[in-house]
Amino acid sequence: MNHHVNDYDADHESVYDGLLGGDASQWAFGTDFEDPLAGMDTSVPAGLDAAELADLCLRLGDDALVYSHRLAEWCSNAPDLEEDIALANIALDLLGQARLLLARAAAASPGLVPVLPEGSPVPVEDRLAFFRDDHDFRNVRFVEPENGDFAVTITRLLLFATHRLAVLERLRAHPDAVLAAIAAKGVKEVAYHRDYGGRWFVTLAQGTDESRRRLLAALETVFPLYDELLATGVADVRDEVEVVVDQVLAVAGVERPDVKPIGGARHTEALSRMLAEMQVVARAHPLGVW
Amino acid sequence: MTAALAHARSVAATVTDPELPMLTLADLGVLRDVALEDERVVATITPTYSGCPAMASMRDDLVRVLRRSGFADVEVKVSLDPAWSSDWISARGRAALAEAGISPPGPAPRRDGPVPLTLLPVRRALTCPRCGSSEVDLTSEFGATSCKALYSCRSCREPFEHVKEI
Repeated sequence: MNHHVNDYDADHESVYDGLLGGDASQWAFGTDFEDPLAGMDTSVPAGLDAAELADLCLRLGDDALVYSHRLAEWCSNAPDLEEDIALANIALDLLGQARLLLARAAAASPGLVPVLPEGSPVPVEDRLAFFRDDHDFRNVRFVEPENGDFAVTITRLLLFATHRLAVLERLRAHPDAVLAAIAAKGVKEVAYHRDYGGRWFVTLAQGTDESRRRLLAALETVFPLYDELLATGVADVRDEVEVVVDQVLAVAGVERPDVKPIGGARHTEALSRMLAEMQVVARAHPLGVW
Repeated sequence: MTAALAHARSVAATVTDPELPMLTLADLGVLRDVALEDERVVATITPTYSGCPAMASMRDDLVRVLRRSGFADVEVKVSLDPAWSSDWISARGRAALAEAGISPPGPAPRRDGPVPLTLLPVRRALTCPRCGSSEVDLTSEFGATSCKALYSCRSCREPFEHVKEI
């Protein structure tokens, strides 16, 4: 009996052999990681508390990281190719913001970073992303739940991006120049995310009976954690956010749902399940070289 | 400027973007600075978008090309401020994009205050890079890379990409 796996030419043991060696930069994962803040002055400015700055960056970074991972779950599952690519693009922008913010948090307060075995090549922002347990994550619960259908996803995206845009607009004036620069860059990106969410929100509300029915159901699903997003966000931007949300609801011809905010735990079970999947490979190989 | 610095700059200016190979990093506005600190070449690059996955490739390409030209000691730094703007794409870069079938960006919005909400489809005065028709439709604000939107042309029926204004 021939075993196909053994049926190879001894000179060509793997179809990838010819790709190995040579210039490492052709590899998507490279042979090493670049520091996303390479060469930047990451000293904490006088008058700022390093631990507070790091915590602020961690909260913003964890929101972006967790939500990015959720949105990325739409990859290959979205209603059509354009929305698949749009949601993946939004997830990528947020992942980039998360990376910069976690790197900034680590530079401001190195004690936050989980310790790995000697010789581990994992960079600081990845240590924070992959080697912290659920209870150490600083994100709001709003970004944790599973995606639900497209209407739930769009409703959550609209509220998240509207809030994050307002926060980043404020942080452009933050006394830490690194955070201010990350925020200024993020504003340009998240403005696209918010308007994408807003346009789809209106489209679903005014589309078919079925799309409107689903959107109304989505409001009941998403709004119970909205109050926490506004209340525990990193800056008090409630008024700016509400003006925009009311504007979208008015154009969509949709009433704000009458739902009670969910109090209680700092995280939901959904976060633990997500992190289990997101972190398992990195944790199995803390010394792994890609 | 010393001859060595001028040489380093001209070498760095030949490195192309990994995702838009018709453009150099200099034409894209991603290469912010090339300086000489004693024997060391220090090149500074900025990401187009926060999640730009090509930063490591750009760094490696700069290091490789500069080393090949005799600069043994090369450092690549990242700059985030000011944030990259599509306005930084040079005239030569815009021509190269159009030549390659990619619609170049219009002027980026300049804002200090809150970004106004836009619920209507984005309207841009642009023409199809293949046939020149202005009868074009926006398919999606998000294309194959973060920096591009997707359009289709009603005249020649071809899809094309447009570099977004940021």
